Amino acid sequence: MATKKYWKGLTELNNSAEFIESSNNEFAEKLPVDELLNDDSLADESKGTKRRDFLKYLGFSVTAASLAACETPVTKAIPYVVKPDEITPGVANWYASTYFDGNDYASLIVKTREGRPIKVEGNDLSQVTKGGTNARVQASVLSLYDSSRLTGPKADGKDSSWDKVDAGIVKGLEAVSAKAGAIRILSSTIISPSTKAVIADFVAKYPTAKHITYDEVSYAGILNANAQTFGTPIVPSYNFDKADVIVGIGADFLANWLSPIEYSRQYAETRKVSAEKQHMSEHFQFETNLSLTGANADVRTPVKLSDQGKVAVNLYNAIAKIVGGTTIAESKLACQASIEKAAKSLTAAKGKALVVSGSNDTDVQLVINGINQLLGSYGATIDVANPSNMHQGDDAAFIELTKEMAAGKVGALITYNTNPVYSAPAALKFKEAYAKVGLTVSFADRADETAEHAKFICPDAHYLESWNDASPKAGEYSLGQPTINPLFAEPRHRGTRQAQDSLLAWIGSEEDYATRIKGFWKSDVQTKTTNSASFTDFWNHALHDGVVSTAKSQSAPSASEADLNASADRINKVKGGSFELALYEKVGMGNGNQANNPWLQELPDPISKITWDNYVTMSPDDMRTNGLDLNMMERQDREASLVTVKVQGQSITLPAVPQPGQAKGTIGIAVGYGRDKAGSLSDKTGTVVGKNAYPLAQVAAGSILMGALDVSVADTAEKYMIAGTQIHHTLMGRDMVKETTLEEYKVDPKSGNPDEMLVTHSGTVKASSIDLWDEFGRPGHRWGLTIDLNSCIGCASCVVSCTAENNVAVVGKAEVMNTREMHWLRIDRYYSTNWAKDVDDAKEQAVEQGTSIKDMYLDLENPETENPEVVFQPIMCQHCNHAPCENVCPVLATNHSTDGLNMMTYNRCVGTRYCANNCPFKVRRFNWFNYNGNKDFALNPTQDDLGRMVLNPDVVVRSRGVMEKCSMCVQRIQEGKLDAKAEGAPLKDGAIKTACQQACPTNAIYFGDVNDENSEIAKLRKAEAKGRDYYMLEETGIKPTVSYLTKVRNVEAPVVEKKEPVKSHEDEHAHG
Amino acid sequence: MQHESEIREPLILGKKSYADITRDIARPIEGKASKYWYMLFTLAVIVFIWGLGCLAYTIGAGIGTWGSNNGVDWAWDITNFVWWIGIGHAGTLISAVLLLFRQKWRMAINRAAEAMTIFAVMCAAIFVTLHTGRPWLDYWLFPLPNMFGSLWINFNSPLVWDVFAVSTYFSVSLVFWYTGLVPDFAMLRDRSVKPLAKRMYGIMSFGWGGSARHWHRFEEVSLVLAGLSTPLVFSVHSIVSMDFATALLPGWHTTIFPPYFVAGAVFSGFAMVLTLMLIVRKIYNLENYITVKHVEYMNIIIIVTGSIVGVAYLTELFISWYSGVEYEQYAFLNRATGPYWWAYALMMTCNVVSPQLFWFKKLRTSLGFTFFMSIIVNIGMWFERFVIIVPTLCRTFLPSTWNMYSPTFVDIGIYTGTIGMFFVFFLLFTRYFPVIAQAELKSILKSSGQEYKEKAIHHG
Repeated sequence: MATKKYWKGLTELNNSAEFIESSNNEFAEKLPVDELLNDDSLADESKGTKRRDFLKYLGFSVTAASLAACETPVTKAIPYVVKPDEITPGVANWYASTYFDGNDYASLIVKTREGRPIKVEGNDLSQVTKGGTNARVQASVLSLYDSSRLTGPKADGKDSSWDKVDAGIVKGLEAVSAKAGAIRILSSTIISPSTKAVIADFVAKYPTAKHITYDEVSYAGILNANAQTFGTPIVPSYNFDKADVIVGIGADFLANWLSPIEYSRQYAETRKVSAEKQHMSEHFQFETNLSLTGANADVRTPVKLSDQGKVAVNLYNAIAKIVGGTTIAESKLACQASIEKAAKSLTAAKGKALVVSGSNDTDVQLVINGINQLLGSYGATIDVANPSNMHQGDDAAFIELTKEMAAGKVGALITYNTNPVYSAPAALKFKEAYAKVGLTVSFADRADETAEHAKFICPDAHYLESWNDASPKAGEYSLGQPTINPLFAEPRHRGTRQAQDSLLAWIGSEEDYATRIKGFWKSDVQTKTTNSASFTDFWNHALHDGVVSTAKSQSAPSASEADLNASADRINKVKGGSFELALYEKVGMGNGNQANNPWLQELPDPISKITWDNYVTMSPDDMRTNGLDLNMMERQDREASLVTVKVQGQSITLPAVPQPGQAKGTIGIAVGYGRDKAGSLSDKTGTVVGKNAYPLAQVAAGSILMGALDVSVADTAEKYMIAGTQIHHTLMGRDMVKETTLEEYKVDPKSGNPDEMLVTHSGTVKASSIDLWDEFGRPGHRWGLTIDLNSCIGCASCVVSCTAENNVAVVGKAEVMNTREMHWLRIDRYYSTNWAKDVDDAKEQAVEQGTSIKDMYLDLENPETENPEVVFQPIMCQHCNHAPCENVCPVLATNHSTDGLNMMTYNRCVGTRYCANNCPFKVRRFNWFNYNGNKDFALNPTQDDLGRMVLNPDVVVRSRGVMEKCSMCVQRIQEGKLDAKAEGAPLKDGAIKTACQQACPTNAIYFGDVNDENSEIAKLRKAEAKGRDYYMLEETGIKPTVSYLTKVRNVEAPVVEKKEPVKSHEDEHAHG
Repeated sequence: MQHESEIREPLILGKKSYADITRDIARPIEGKASKYWYMLFTLAVIVFIWGLGCLAYTIGAGIGTWGSNNGVDWAWDITNFVWWIGIGHAGTLISAVLLLFRQKWRMAINRAAEAMTIFAVMCAAIFVTLHTGRPWLDYWLFPLPNMFGSLWINFNSPLVWDVFAVSTYFSVSLVFWYTGLVPDFAMLRDRSVKPLAKRMYGIMSFGWGGSARHWHRFEEVSLVLAGLSTPLVFSVHSIVSMDFATALLPGWHTTIFPPYFVAGAVFSGFAMVLTLMLIVRKIYNLENYITVKHVEYMNIIIIVTGSIVGVAYLTELFISWYSGVEYEQYAFLNRATGPYWWAYALMMTCNVVSPQLFWFKKLRTSLGFTFFMSIIVNIGMWFERFVIIVPTLCRTFLPSTWNMYSPTFVDIGIYTGTIGMFFVFFLLFTRYFPVIAQAELKSILKSSGQEYKEKAIHHG
């Protein structure tokens, strides 16, 4: 059959070679590309492509390109396709969990929003912390969203996968084990019984393994002393709430010592006074640096570090003399009078007395045990039957380990939650020793100072991502549950993994850690309780509550008589050099494990009010003698002298800050700073914050002394700028803070709190009763806040809580120096002296002494330097009912709500800042820059993709150019009101808590509806109306909503001649 | 013997004829600018551009580029605002108050003084509009109808009063100034040979024909505007002072501020007029019109207002002591002896002590000394505002909030930038606008008097 050929044209029919070639071309006609690119053709229109064509192509492609680029950026918000049962967008979920970082313990409830933990609050059910938190615990939620955390394991400094890392480590461990080489697990204190069980299993699998506990700030002295006294190395449980007289010798138990959150609450219980309870504990403190605890003491005595032990000895003798015991050899001390006074009070309160010491010297702790035995404290204020587990660090074992390592005897070292390259004393040469260990594994969540030298880094999960349990003290258990899926999770390859799971993986266990915990709680915890429900019920209940208390042990180990004479001899031999150094932990930074947390770095130290630095605290008198710059104290300057501190070959250069109350001949430096490998904060701020002072710690007689007895201080003649949030330190005789003594208070509850009177044509009247405006009814809710200055210990937990709750921006050191910190809540700290609390008094004195009024004021400006009294006053927006800020705003951006709040409308604010000028309390904060976008503020969590996740979605992030301030947590008030409305029941008192109130470990802040007669605050104000309740600057007629309760000191009333209550006008003028 | 009483020294020297006046006043506009003018103008433009750069930086990054802080929320911005507004006052006082009091000597200086007012208020406006955190929303300060429901401005706020006071002041001053310029523009139009200049002056003179009806209306409008402006001289700075006086702060909360601010404003305004006039008469050879007599009159006003200001300072000190309020007492003690004592001392020296030197006739008729003093007074008045704002805010009620303030280069740049802007405008004004109100001036030219008598005697 003939095949027909169809053709389209002659060319196809002929099928010439050219045609075949051209038909293979995509474009039948020749494209003018060559000509286009040819310059001549562009220039000459007669040839090839026209210039116009070129312009067309150019125009088209530019338009197309720019149109393509014009697409609006899409921010994806992904709705739940299947909504998890427990999550309702906009409604927070709360989970009980536990915080323990080797130092601070707190039972928590964690607030999560849409699956993200955004805030931690104390768990009221806990018998240990009782709902308290501190600044470091509050800030820990931000550490979860730290972009410097490792996202997966590392081997030899390179990213690796879990499979490879596990194989490598197991191979290494087996090799060491096979040669019977030493395997060591070095960790900070572990209070998790399940973790300990895992480690025990690990030791069982690798018999050459040993677990060594090392605490950066060690309490081994107490353990050793109790080992001698009671036969077991324990840290007893202290009950400050049962003590009527407390003596602390260098023990900062409100901020750092042992279990500060627990003790703060207990301590505050004893300090509260009211019409019913006109009794408070008496607190003596002997210390070197001015600590938070010393600042709260009734009687504080500065003593040198080398004398702290001698104070204990002399106190022992003074008590022994009174109660009739045998005395021991003592040395003469300048502060003998204070010691004897303390001894008198202690013995009078026998059985209700407590003496604690922060010393890490076993001898000193033995003497302290002796004192407490004399006072009958055991079984009363000290519980040895149910010891605390929170500090188990064994200095001797750690020192032994470094020796082993240096000798090359350690085959493998696993470090868990500890950073010894950073924190070990220089004398131990830990870094050099670490290099000699064959297999080094670190569980650090970042390549920190130790981990960066480790062969393997197996990043641990954050506590909010982990299962855990804890037993802070005997008979108390708490659970830690994950509140979010691990942020960096790629199972089996990358991501973080709990240290316990890693250990289990290396011993080849099939079980995961969560199952282990359940198993332990079934076999060991439930059995100790009277709970006979099924384990599932018990477990669910425990998980819901977060805590379980089991029966307390009643059998205390019996005490043996120790030979205190030998101890006293050794203590009396301790001698200091020209300067002694006392290392301390700051309230914000603690031991430095959260050094990458900008909230904590920007938190002003409660005592020095300084942010973003550690420094040498020095007695102003010593500074004057050494020719150092005192302008920080005397002229409210920000410039400090840089000094070099030398300790046995180690030196550190830091600014010297005049610290009133610092014992003469001593200096203090905070540890926890100078962490150059802590994370990205150093890059963002361009500098490492502070210097590392740990290497200066001294090693002696098998223990680590947090200080040094002979140091030299030399001026470098250079200056350094310090970022303090408060540069003026005295009250200037003003009555912002009102104080009285217990004696006076008992006689007159209104002592120290006289009404502000005003002479008018109709007689002398209360200043607050005069009003320019007519009063009107205020029905409905009326919020009020009252702060008990007697309970406030200045711990700054509220400041961090407020920062977290209200998305307060972090601004960095330079802006803090410009007085532009954004904290909505600040704690004012004033030093005071006994003379001239009042300007009038001061003037009288000045007239008598013939000094000029100007000199008198200059004198008032400078705090007493040797041993000032300290007061703390938390200040937030006072929500004035005649608010000076409200009437000056030209655009009505700040208004009063019907329930008494001074509100800020960010959207309406144009930023004239008139309100801030007119605010007498200076609580208003202006957004000078766009802290959320300006790259100069990269350290602000809002500028970090991960950090942003911590933001509270209920609170708007403020833009540049608007004013902001405390809203009294209006979002919480609204939530509480809405909840009540949904329930159809009246709002219950206590259903709404402000962030500051909730975080307060001492319950110093009361909030509620003052219109509700039955509310706690209404009752309190009613009870204290003729007592301690007062409003700041009431005489100006601003009618604040926030009131304060007078501070009461348990001291003898100062001998000041009583003034005539009402003075004639002529008198006023005479000394005006 | 016939007695002839002394004839007062004429206000225009040099035996000028009407034509001479026209020529003298038009010369700077018609002729080429001198090299002094170019030098000054270049300098002013450079400073102005630098100021614009600093402003752009501020708008881009935020008010944080300034030295203000949470505590001292106002500093150089409001200091400069009040300073410039104060300077503006002399112009209005000269043209309105002195007009009503028939002080003829004002005619030689009122034009330039009014121009100074306009430019000074423009400089002040820069600070008051750009000191806000979000200047793009400044229009919210006006009572504009909007769709936000009942959202309105806060009539209790002195800042709102400020908005009204300053905007009224600016518009009335501008109209007054321009009205006076109309016949002079017509004069320039008539003399112009260049077509563009002729056209421009033609438009600006609104078809002035010089008819009797034109003159009548001109006089009427001038009088009405003078009447309108007179209360403004007192109201504007009174209201500006209320920004402070209505506040709660010790050092601000004081009833003396309105009169004290007005006196200070006139004081600084006359000093600035002197600074400008002494330059203008030199560069444009107007010595015969702006005479030593004028300078002396203005110096006398400086003594009077400087003394009023001095009394106000002392009254403040007395009242703070007399009040018996510790905050008040401390605020003033701090002002005088605190960390900013030097600013207080500068203020006292420049504003109170140094003007007293003008009691000596030799000094108040010395041009060099007057120029020096005019600068001193303006420095002093700047520090007065600084002393009121910064040291007060540095130390308010709570000692914990006490802090210090220091300006940044941006603060300094914007401030000097406005001085640059002021001089750019003023120098352009002297080149294109008649610096002396020649039409008015001609009304006080003596066509009879001693010299004519002498002439007659001479001719016999």
